[in-house]
Amino acid sequence: MSDSKINMVAPPEGVTGEGFFATKLNDVVGLARANSLWPLPFATSCCGIEFMATMASHYDLARFGMERVSFSPRQADMLLVMGTISKKMAPILRQVYEQMSEPRWVIAVGACATSGGVFDTYSVLQGIDKVIPVDVYVPGCPPRPEQIVDGVMQLQELVKNESVRRRNSPEYKELLASYNL
Amino acid sequence: MSDLLLLPEHRYAKIIEQTRNEDGSELSILNLGPTHPATHGIFQNILLMDGERILDAEPTIGYIHRAFEKIAENRPFYQVNVLTDRMNYCSSPINNMAWWMTVEKLLEIEVPKRAQYLRVIVMELARIADHLICNSILGVDTGAYTGFLYVFQFREKIYEIYEEICGARLTTNMGRIGGFEREWSEEAFKKLDTFLQDFPVAWKEFENLFERNRIFIDRTVNVGPISAELAMQYGLTGPNLRAAGIDYDVRKAQPYSSYEDFDFEIPVGKSGDTYDRFCVRNAEVWESISIIRQALAKLPEGPIHADVPDYYLPPKEDVYHNMESLIYHFKIVMGEVPVPVAEIYHAVEGGNGELGFYLVTDGSRTPYRLHFRRPCFIYYQAYTEMIKGGMLSDAIVILSSLNVIAGELDA
Amino acid sequence: MALETTTIQEKLTSKFGDKVLNFHMSRDIFSFEATPDAIHEVIRTLKVEEDLNFHFLTDLCGVHYPENEVSHQFAVVYHMHNWVENVRLRITTYLSGENPEVNTITDLFLTANWMERETFDFYGINFIGHPQLKRILNMPEMVSHPMRKEFPMEDGGRTDKDDRFFGRTANNG
Repeated sequence: MSDSKINMVAPPEGVTGEGFFATKLNDVVGLARANSLWPLPFATSCCGIEFMATMASHYDLARFGMERVSFSPRQADMLLVMGTISKKMAPILRQVYEQMSEPRWVIAVGACATSGGVFDTYSVLQGIDKVIPVDVYVPGCPPRPEQIVDGVMQLQELVKNESVRRRNSPEYKELLASYNL
Repeated sequence: MSDLLLLPEHRYAKIIEQTRNEDGSELSILNLGPTHPATHGIFQNILLMDGERILDAEPTIGYIHRAFEKIAENRPFYQVNVLTDRMNYCSSPINNMAWWMTVEKLLEIEVPKRAQYLRVIVMELARIADHLICNSILGVDTGAYTGFLYVFQFREKIYEIYEEICGARLTTNMGRIGGFEREWSEEAFKKLDTFLQDFPVAWKEFENLFERNRIFIDRTVNVGPISAELAMQYGLTGPNLRAAGIDYDVRKAQPYSSYEDFDFEIPVGKSGDTYDRFCVRNAEVWESISIIRQALAKLPEGPIHADVPDYYLPPKEDVYHNMESLIYHFKIVMGEVPVPVAEIYHAVEGGNGELGFYLVTDGSRTPYRLHFRRPCFIYYQAYTEMIKGGMLSDAIVILSSLNVIAGELDA
Repeated sequence: MALETTTIQEKLTSKFGDKVLNFHMSRDIFSFEATPDAIHEVIRTLKVEEDLNFHFLTDLCGVHYPENEVSHQFAVVYHMHNWVENVRLRITTYLSGENPEVNTITDLFLTANWMERETFDFYGINFIGHPQLKRILNMPEMVSHPMRKEFPMEDGGRTDKDDRFFGRTANNG
């Protein structure tokens, strides 16, 4: 089988030898985490339908390691918030986020999750970063599946380069404290 | 927020207290919460259960209330179209066209035949797209995931057709007052033809997979039936009502946009249970395919928009060279267009039933009051009735078969 | 036999006298007004009478007219439909601005339950006799009724949008 069309992912930087490969723990852990993120789809409105299209066979998101969507927050790494979050829904979103265990990442998909979108009203939360910390924002109304995949890939870059000590660092604790978490 | 925590004063707690048996066994409360993998959209139901059997339910909605009616009071007529997309987002062209028809009724504009036929084509495509999602997700909920993946490919084809017409996939924001913004390209008609060739084959396969399938029939026959009388009392319209046996369809009762030129049937069920709703939607997809074919065959030549320079944006080349067009463009974009004072109610047959727009104007550039008669909001009241006495897994299947879209429920 | 609008008008005026008024064709829907104390009976008559037979309540909503006189500041609009004769009807009742209340029609039409809750949520109109009149779309802790004209659309406490760029300053709200 010719592998001229198959892209081999380059290994992380390290020292190769006869039967061994030495590299940094951060890189290996980052690589493992980035390619096996388990998403929690928190789909509320129209962006949820585009997410369904992304998970379907045309724009298959499972190629990136997200075959198993987990609806239980305890078992998920990545919270994908898709759609408008109203003020009535905000406490529920927070409960779901609090139940996720570290390391956890959040992608805000769509204009409504990013900043309230078209709906500048009394009942819509103007962006989910008012209640939970967000890692990647994917703009669009709704974003095309390619954009959602791009957002996920950006998150994968973030995950790969994250230090294993980040979650215990004082900066992270400060970030959580600013959200009263 | 107080609906999240069950307060001891909640009436179910009282009932449980009263009906507790001597051996300590009692009824239980289950929170089918706002975020649940099988509820398509966010609505909460607090269920009173006797083991697996549901005795009573209390729904809570409003988790995605975006105050559309308030926003509509502050936006000129063109900008309200953006809101209508986001109500029933699985079939947004229907909502768009319904809004344009309401405004044309207000302004008494006659739309040319070609534009009316094109509107019919795009509305029927949207109806097919809506029923595609509903039925395939019903399949997923009963355990058949492949049907969804297979049929979603065709929804991608429909998205491609929308992209050729208006540029967007899901929230289409299609059309203008008086017609369409541009003539449909050759590519759009070609894609439509390919779709009409490939889709019926796939839909037949999808039907064969489910309609005579022992497991599917066991899970859906006699699950959540509703009698015709009760359905009318609850205000059901659309496929849910037709599954109960009443053939009320706004396209036949009060035809709009040249529906009277087309020959189609209204499929009707018998008992109003989940199986009937599934089959009625299947049959409606066949009818929609037939309507699109008839419209394409009879498509007349002519302008794609009415000649109303006061309300229809002039072409850009004219705006740059012609003073009059520049002035019209400015007035229309600013919303300073002449609007009569009137009260209009216009209804169309949306994917879920009678979608109505009640518009009150007072002559200013924004509506004075715009109320959406949303079918999902109205028939979701009947959900409590349908799940009483059934099992928990049936409640999930009934919810999928009703096709409740959260955007339309809360608006 | 087709149901004529004159039949509807005669039947109602003969039964209710001057509690039903202002009959007119508003574009393509026959509309009239009824006083709040009679509206329940009017709708019951429309539903129950054999030759009227308006068995379907299409819609129920509220409207706020703050510029009207105090007794006419809130309106509840009912749309009814007779499928057999294919006739639509619109009935409006005007309620007072200070204490808007009207009888519920949930006993006639089960579908009015949530529609009245929504109208209560948005306008604060009290439906007397409603089985469960509480907010449906907004948060239960909310005290104001947001669709009233004096209530602003935007959330006053939002920090990320600069009102100057939206053309909204203290002068033009």
